[in-house]
Amino acid sequence: MTKRAAKGKSKRPASSNTNDASATTAAAEPAAAEPAAGAESKQTLPPATEPRQWHQVQEGRRKKSAVPEGLWMQCTACTQMIWRDRLKANHRVCPECGHHYRVGAAERIEQLCDPGSFEPVDESITSLNPLNFTDLKPYPARIEADRKRTGRPEAVLSGTGFIKGRRVVLAVLDLTFMMGSMGSVVGEKVTRAIESALEYDLPLIIVSSSGGARMQESGLSLMQMAKTSAALARFDDAGGLFISVLSDPTTGGVSASFAMLGDVIIAEPGALIGFAGPRVIQQTIRQELPDGFQRAEFLKDKGFIDRVVPRGELRSEISRIIDYCGK
Amino acid sequence: MSATSSYGALSSYRPEFEKPLMTLEQEIESLEDRLAGNANGDAAAGESETIRTQIADLKTEHRAKMEEIYSNLGAWEIVSQVARHPKRPQSTDYLRRVCSDFCQLHGDRHYGDDAAILTGFARIGSEKVMIVAHRKGRDTNERQWCNFGCAHPEGYRKALKNMKLAEKFGLPIVSLVDTKGAYPGIGAEERGQAEAIAVNLREMSRLKTPIVSVIIGEGGSGGALGIAVADQVGMLQFAWYSVISPEGCAAILWKQATPTTNSAAADALHLTATENLKLGIIDEIIPEPIGGAHRDHEQASETLQKWLVQTIQGLKRQRIEALMAKRYDRLRKIGSYSED
Repeated sequence: MTKRAAKGKSKRPASSNTNDASATTAAAEPAAAEPAAGAESKQTLPPATEPRQWHQVQEGRRKKSAVPEGLWMQCTACTQMIWRDRLKANHRVCPECGHHYRVGAAERIEQLCDPGSFEPVDESITSLNPLNFTDLKPYPARIEADRKRTGRPEAVLSGTGFIKGRRVVLAVLDLTFMMGSMGSVVGEKVTRAIESALEYDLPLIIVSSSGGARMQESGLSLMQMAKTSAALARFDDAGGLFISVLSDPTTGGVSASFAMLGDVIIAEPGALIGFAGPRVIQQTIRQELPDGFQRAEFLKDKGFIDRVVPRGELRSEISRIIDYCGK
Repeated sequence: MSATSSYGALSSYRPEFEKPLMTLEQEIESLEDRLAGNANGDAAAGESETIRTQIADLKTEHRAKMEEIYSNLGAWEIVSQVARHPKRPQSTDYLRRVCSDFCQLHGDRHYGDDAAILTGFARIGSEKVMIVAHRKGRDTNERQWCNFGCAHPEGYRKALKNMKLAEKFGLPIVSLVDTKGAYPGIGAEERGQAEAIAVNLREMSRLKTPIVSVIIGEGGSGGALGIAVADQVGMLQFAWYSVISPEGCAAILWKQATPTTNSAAADALHLTATENLKLGIIDEIIPEPIGGAHRDHEQASETLQKWLVQTIQGLKRQRIEALMAKRYDRLRKIGSYSED
């Protein structure tokens, strides 16, 4: 898949920078599924006479993504040329082969909710650096870079909205922000979403796409798994309806907590879902993994997912389930 | 630092940082030999006396040195050479010494019996409890049999089945955590590793019986947390507990796992007992014998037993509703963020 993606990129006219940047954000990321790798851009730098500083690279990237997109792109799955507007209108699903591209939280909410009905909450909650964590780059620098790049304060967008006229509490993880990893902020916002669904007696929808728990907050991230699951226990006791929607990828600490606790669990076709990432498994057992391993259809066959639903039908499927569960 | 072979079951295994102790021990040994020689021969009683005081002095020095070394260990030293010391007491050792009348319960009633998690009734002092513990194994055969303490979904489901049994009959639950993490394999994924852990987290948060958890060695990620949602979480002094193992973290964030990056990751992850206590992830540090639990299983078990009995009795005195509310609040408040 990655090979094709590279081919697709090289086919684009080299002179115009107009169509490149946005494709790398949501669509063409290789399937990485370790717990919470810091989302680092993999763009190749143009040859420069003087070595550029890191912040300059970021600036350049930001400007690029502000430029309007090109008209066509090549599908990374079927190599057909797709008109970008058509892709967007088709919920970022390839009209030719049905490949589901990854979408950010804001666009996902646009796709799911009745127009203009979504009201975000808790947007002012931001990460601290409780452990003073520095790997190859300090944690606050990673956060800041992703904030600039995505324009989002953190890796989850939560609030209330309407889906086909049914009021719901909605939390959507954003893969473009530090691989959608769950640290204190994501844990807290998801927990608050659960608590408000309980308080206002509304159905709860969580759309997951995440590499797992955020390593930069270590034990605190781990405890968010228990925190969100405990909140769901209360919600469950109170008879609340929780529909968990899994998109590509949902792994690690997110899949091993709230994502797998839905009353109804829906996954998008082809989504990678599992506890350990495929690379970790491969390194451990030193064997080739079977075809389609850890994909949504595989999990459905194994009995861990209730339905595999194409993105275009999510809205109607969710409202249908809400109607059945009487909320 | 050659930490790669830290899992080797060498009987003569000594951590790198104990080198200064070894020279002292050699000195003590040679003096003792001389003393023995003197006893056989007809040497002056005076000389034997000086040797004896010398030995006593050296032993005091040895003890002080050991205390000093062990109170200044780096995070990676703790992980690689103490928490994973081949002679460190495991759950089975504690079961033998801390508990009596252990009645093992096998199987999850769905798929199989995971040897990596050990469950059953037991008595600790006068308390009847349900034990849920990771089993790591001591020799190669046993380790392979129980997968080095890395559990499969059926292990977590067995744990839950028996914890629910404990709830039904009002037994407190004691969980002993010692795992690098849940097993990453094809079978584990096929049988729903993520779902099994997630369900345990949710159900443990609402079990109507007291739960005590102790991180006795390694507390790696969701695999540890899957049996560690509790009212009171203790942690042995030289155990580690974190979202990922230092090697895993180094491989991802530092792009390679070498002793240097592992050590940097271990520091960055704040995984020692002291750090976890500061973060509010655990409630109490259970002290180990000087020089680590592997030096003295007896004493380590005694301390653990006392702590467990005290904690269980403390929890049993509280009304269950209050206890569950506290269990929720304990988790609810963990996290660090700013809100304007």
